[in-house]
Amino acid sequence: MKFGVVIFPGSNCDEDLIYTFETILGQEVVRLWHKDTDLQGVDFVLVPGGFSYGDYLRSGAIARFSPIMESVIEHCNNGGYAMGICNGFQILCEAGLLPGTLLHNTNHKFICKNVYLKPATRSTICTAALDSDEVLNIPIAHGEGRYYASQEVLKQLNENQQVIFRYCDKDGVFNKESNPNGSLENIAGVCNEGKNVFGMMPHPERAADEWLRNTDGRKIFDSILASVAVAK
Amino acid sequence: MRTFALSKQHQFSTMSTLIHEESTLEQAQDLGLLPEEFEKIKEILGRTPNFTELSIFSIMWSEHCSYKNSIKWLKTLPKEGPHLLVEAGQENAGLVDIGEGVACAFKIESHNHPSALEPYQGAATGVGGINRDIFTMGARPIAQLNSLRFGKLDSNHTQWLLSGVVKGIGDYGNAFGIPVLGGEVFFDESYSSNPLVNAMSVGIMNADDMISATSRGAGNPVYIVGSSTGKDGINGASFASKDITEESAEDLPSVQVGDPFQEKLLLEATLELAKTDAIVGMQDMGAAGITCSTSEMSANEGFGMTIDLDKVPTRQEGMLPFEILLSESQERMLVVVKKGQEKVVEDIFEKWDLNAVQIGEVTEGGMLEYYMHGELVAKVPAHDLVLGGGAPVYDREYREPAYFKKNQEFNIDDVEEPSDLAAVGMELLGNPNIASKRWVYEQYDSMVGTRNMSTNFPSDAGVANIKGVKSALAMTVDCNARYVHNDPKKGTAIAVAEAARNIVCTGGEPSAITNCLNFGNPYNPEVYWQFVNAIQGMGEACRKFETPVTGGNVSFYNQTAMEGKEAVPVFPTPTIGMIGVVKDKNKVMSLNFKEKGDLIFLIGESRDDIASSEYLASIHKIKECPAPYFDIDEEYEVQDAVKTLIAKGLINAAHDVADGGLYTALVEMGLPNRLGFDITGDAAVRADAFLFGEAQGRVVVSLDGSNEEAIVEALTEKGVPFSLLGHVTRGKMVVDDAHFGFIDDAVEVYNNAIGNIMEGKS
Repeated sequence: MKFGVVIFPGSNCDEDLIYTFETILGQEVVRLWHKDTDLQGVDFVLVPGGFSYGDYLRSGAIARFSPIMESVIEHCNNGGYAMGICNGFQILCEAGLLPGTLLHNTNHKFICKNVYLKPATRSTICTAALDSDEVLNIPIAHGEGRYYASQEVLKQLNENQQVIFRYCDKDGVFNKESNPNGSLENIAGVCNEGKNVFGMMPHPERAADEWLRNTDGRKIFDSILASVAVAK
Repeated sequence: MRTFALSKQHQFSTMSTLIHEESTLEQAQDLGLLPEEFEKIKEILGRTPNFTELSIFSIMWSEHCSYKNSIKWLKTLPKEGPHLLVEAGQENAGLVDIGEGVACAFKIESHNHPSALEPYQGAATGVGGINRDIFTMGARPIAQLNSLRFGKLDSNHTQWLLSGVVKGIGDYGNAFGIPVLGGEVFFDESYSSNPLVNAMSVGIMNADDMISATSRGAGNPVYIVGSSTGKDGINGASFASKDITEESAEDLPSVQVGDPFQEKLLLEATLELAKTDAIVGMQDMGAAGITCSTSEMSANEGFGMTIDLDKVPTRQEGMLPFEILLSESQERMLVVVKKGQEKVVEDIFEKWDLNAVQIGEVTEGGMLEYYMHGELVAKVPAHDLVLGGGAPVYDREYREPAYFKKNQEFNIDDVEEPSDLAAVGMELLGNPNIASKRWVYEQYDSMVGTRNMSTNFPSDAGVANIKGVKSALAMTVDCNARYVHNDPKKGTAIAVAEAARNIVCTGGEPSAITNCLNFGNPYNPEVYWQFVNAIQGMGEACRKFETPVTGGNVSFYNQTAMEGKEAVPVFPTPTIGMIGVVKDKNKVMSLNFKEKGDLIFLIGESRDDIASSEYLASIHKIKECPAPYFDIDEEYEVQDAVKTLIAKGLINAAHDVADGGLYTALVEMGLPNRLGFDITGDAAVRADAFLFGEAQGRVVVSLDGSNEEAIVEALTEKGVPFSLLGHVTRGKMVVDDAHFGFIDDAVEVYNNAIGNIMEGKS
């Protein structure tokens, strides 16, 4: 599978994703510059974390109007795969490719730490190969990660199994204490109705290198690779 | 010295007066120059300078730029070492060879004065400035550290400063995308109105790709790149060269405003530029902006420059020449381009949507000529402006303060031993100087870049993975300023030794240091005595540990105005930033206990010493005492022994005994895996000194019981003192059969103390 990592001028997790997919997972990866429109025939678009265009207005609000995002939107609308992590998730929400929005953390502070997640469904390629009781230890690093959607949208997400991850404690229990940012229903990641576009606030690419002694994040990427290989 | 008031006092009616009118002694003094310095300037120029020229001299000869009151002593520090690629002061930062073709550029810098007035922007621009020093050289920053000092945390003002500084560091660094891998935070009332904000950046590069901060070749074009120039931060360097007083708020316009997004663009553009051979040299614009970068780059090889100030992109209309010259607007660089290669440079900056404008060219002869509206507004010789050139060098008088003798009268026998040491232990864990700094560091992105090897494997020093090579880079910042205050020479030697100990406990070999020297007013002979002694202690320790000084910064004029009393200098705080190399990243050592039943050894000796400990200061409220026990040779032997144990694979954790003593060290080792300890005291030592004393040269290690014989043999062979303290437990903390509580309770206190105060929960 060919992956493309979108690079905005303020992206800062782009190289981490490239390192993870190219060096650790051995995949073909190309860089997609924000001023370009050509997706170079990639199968899967990755929108990395960072501060796309400085994000002084609202995270991701300007990025969605960039030339490359026009192509990404078209790619997704044609059923192509895309995943946004952290700022990438915010951008995909701003672009209307994912439901809901991400608000300031309830404590109004940037939070960077390891948290625990559990897959909320196995009906997506990100979670298909995971054990549904499996608790993953994955870092977060954001100031605006409180997932919010209207009750109506939330109902739809739950009915269609579009919530992909929820924050939990290390024993897998969903509660207020294990919700780091005040997200509705502990939601850490969602997908679109077609289940080809994914977004999550935690950073699985920061838990993929054996040298960092935590490879829980790699399980998510392995799930993607395994599921798509089977589908093809 | 009321520097900034100048623009209000002196209304310049026309450009013509600015150019043709001679400046006066009164103006010179307003700008912070001494009468004899004004005379020296007239001598250098052979005429009386106009106001613009006077401004240029005043800023370049300010303490901040010229190091005029410190350079004599700084020159005594060791600058050479086997791994140094660049000696101190030659480039924007030191450069150390870490093997396998990788070089490390690193430096620490203060941003104290701006942070005292505007903690958010002050701290943010401190982070921006130090990172620019690193990437200007062509290195990609991979880690940041910071060393912070504030007044007592129970004060609202301190809480305001701490919140602002931490948010400033976080917002800038998080957006810029460089992780924080280490730091320290210390509270003492001497910092109440004058916090210290010291930021360090560590970068790596291919050793051959270094960009020099130099200029040469008449006719080569000179470019300004990055942000536009505004009126912010004018005279920041002068502001940093005087006392913080009640009137300091009037200096608010001296504080710069940061834009991490511009910095990120500048970083990427600069590193692209580093890969070309289109440029001669490059320097970032920090203190004294265009003035400093043009003069330092030119003076390096004896060239000059003509600069057309009309070409400088500005944010405001109608900026005066001296405002453009002195502006400290952030995120700008000066680049000397090889003639004919202009397009290469312009294309790179165009790609990143940044300004890149030619503002002048290199000339023969060493003169700097600044033009505006077609007229020569200032003409000054570059060499005479800079450190090592014509900038003044002073030999200040110093005098041992009375407190130093008094400190020696301290006797441990006069201190009553508390009956409930378990309660004392818990109280210390909740002391903001000992407690976890989690509330602070969770606001920093510590993991971006996927290099932080300490996230899931905590160690005394921060460790960055250098991808693609065998080695990893260890780094730390250390200074216990209470020790330094009580004995500047010994206290500073301890700061270096502690930094080395942290590197060694992490499995590394200390390489080099950078220093950030925060002191009071150098014209106060007692403050200067602290400075001189600190430098002597640092020199001694750096020679012992073979860690040369690659550079750093001096920040004088740090003092706190106590209500109704005379202002007092801050604790002398010579922060040491050290890097070291872990040659085999498989051998990184962590600090946490691994398994119940593992043995706990102390390398080094317990001492009947509580001097300068947090215990003595906060539990007994005794401040007059010497520095803690420290013997540099014993320290070296202990560190050498720890290196051997790690190399032989005999231990599974190592942690140094520092602030809060042995008890705190054991709790910190137990915390990550929620394990306790059962230990026996030392009959020759008071129980409070055994648990809470801060005698130096001690490291706690844990090991699997099967390695007991081997470790005893190894340590006996080394000839270092050691003792078996006890073993790791499932969670209970026991000292001499007395129950000291459970690790879970200790963790609760330790982890939440600062957060509870900051969130108003205690």
